[in-house]
Amino acid sequence: MPRDMEQYLRPGLTSTPFCPGCGHGILMGLIFRAIDDLELNMDEMLFVSGIGCAGWIPSPHFNADTLHTLHGRAIPAATGAKMFNPKLRVMVISGDGDLVDIGGNHLIHAARRNMDLTVICASNMVYGMTGGQVCSTTPAAVFTQTTTQGNPYQPFDLCKLVVAAGATYAARYSVTQPFALIASIKKALKINGFCFIEVLSPCPTQFGRHNQLDTPVDMIKELIDKCIMNKRAKNLSPEELKDKIITGEFTSGGN
Amino acid sequence: MVKYYLSGNEAIAEGAIRAGCRYYAGYPITPSSEIMERISVRFNEIGGVFIQMEDEIASICSVIGASWAGAKAMTATSGPGFTLMQEGIGYAAMTETPIVIVDVQRAGPGMGQATRVGDGDIMQAKWGSSGDYQVIAICPWSVQEAYEQTINVFNLAEKYRIPVLLLTEESIGHLRERIEVVKDIEIFNRRKKAGAAPFGTEERGGVPPMPTFGEGEKLLVTASTHDSHGFRKTDDPLVHERLVSRLNEKIINNREKIIDYEKYYLEDATVVVISYGSTARSSLFAVEALRAEGRKIGMLRLKTLWPFPDGLRRDIGAKANMLFVPEMNRGQVAGEVRKYVSCPVVSFTQTNGEVIRPDTIIEQLRRHL
Repeated sequence: MPRDMEQYLRPGLTSTPFCPGCGHGILMGLIFRAIDDLELNMDEMLFVSGIGCAGWIPSPHFNADTLHTLHGRAIPAATGAKMFNPKLRVMVISGDGDLVDIGGNHLIHAARRNMDLTVICASNMVYGMTGGQVCSTTPAAVFTQTTTQGNPYQPFDLCKLVVAAGATYAARYSVTQPFALIASIKKALKINGFCFIEVLSPCPTQFGRHNQLDTPVDMIKELIDKCIMNKRAKNLSPEELKDKIITGEFTSGGN
Repeated sequence: MVKYYLSGNEAIAEGAIRAGCRYYAGYPITPSSEIMERISVRFNEIGGVFIQMEDEIASICSVIGASWAGAKAMTATSGPGFTLMQEGIGYAAMTETPIVIVDVQRAGPGMGQATRVGDGDIMQAKWGSSGDYQVIAICPWSVQEAYEQTINVFNLAEKYRIPVLLLTEESIGHLRERIEVVKDIEIFNRRKKAGAAPFGTEERGGVPPMPTFGEGEKLLVTASTHDSHGFRKTDDPLVHERLVSRLNEKIINNREKIIDYEKYYLEDATVVVISYGSTARSSLFAVEALRAEGRKIGMLRLKTLWPFPDGLRRDIGAKANMLFVPEMNRGQVAGEVRKYVSCPVVSFTQTNGEVIRPDTIIEQLRRHL
């Protein structure tokens, strides 16, 4: 049966601001499906985002309370709202530059406190909105506007980072793994405690064009090719796993 | 009426609780930490939400989140922490979020002297964040007033939906005095109107009612330029002009109601001391000592520092031909006073981490009398 996803969109909106080939629109639809499957009441939810392309996923699109915060500060703002009104189901949706680079300190502290938040990090591995500069999730050797000789540094493994800091649940999926990602978002929404999902989202406009992945199709194919579930990865050699992105859940998921 | 013996910082914590503050987020910094310590204990007793955050940026952002979740919320800090909070103050101004920030000023710049006093944040309080916005800043001169003005700053924050600053000093925060607390104190609670536009009014300088998360209002809160319903309008000159004008006018147009100061011996004064905070205690002592010698000298004590009391030109009296402004900074308020008066303004500054003593002010005033 077709489902009415439009009810989750704020009335009056006709288009998103995302570039052709951006994965953020796919992620938006998958979040709606998870909410719909769980039959959650949007009036009891709060969506908090920071600055950057991914900050625009909930604001203004979600037909619910949204808080579009300062750059990097979505998690502390969500913490304040959740602490004062624990009845609110609070989801943070923002980008990797926002949540991890400028907001990294808040990310690890919220994980340490095991704050009851669902944090979805839409990771395009680049600063998209500002024109494609390197960020802390950009893979080594990748070309960006500010690494024209290739990125000299290693990226963060975000799931390892938040698990080490105390998160109850951490997972990584690509928007090319939609069914696993919906299941993961549903699981995170049901768990009490800090839940973190890194969602790999293609950015042909700013990431792809410097790395021979100019078209949306190139980028999607690259993600399908690179992403490998952790269960399969267990049986592969380090050589076979070179340049692969390991996806799946990285904690048991608490209660 | 009940009498207490409290430090300024303790009185601020008690004033906040009396005003209805039930959310506090902070980060330790001398000389403000006693506010956070007392709140953390008292909230256990009365059922408030306290959290010690990882830094001052997180503190002010969580206070903003809590305010939208329905809390009267506050944080307290000192100079360097206040600097870290500036972006949050701009955010609160743009989103019309009522929050209270206490700055227990210490001797700067930089780390300066953490346990010593200064008044160096007066201009930072007004101009610290980007763009054109208004804040309200109140500076108390006693523990009694620290208590009362803390209640006042919460009322002003809710009334005008604006970040309000209690701009106090180490010398008041750590001073112990007797205070008297009366039973009936006016408390202003948030105005709500279901379905009303949360970011605009028909009036040019109006303050819209403020809904809360979880009420089904489907709020769009953003510090990007937005229309009256919160939709981002980041390339519409008219929307930006209208929003920035209203954010400023809602304070400027109401400044007569907001601004408060006290007048001493101004009827015949040819020399007027303009003073605020703990310095005003020394100033009043000096003024009274010199009047006992027959000098025609008076004093104006500023309680509100922002919006600046531009009406002081009217209130210094017709006979005033010289103003004297003693400050624990390099003349931040003296420069502001010069904008509004035509007579000479003498700025006396002391930035050694100590309060200005009455005999210092007497000696300085004698040079000009």
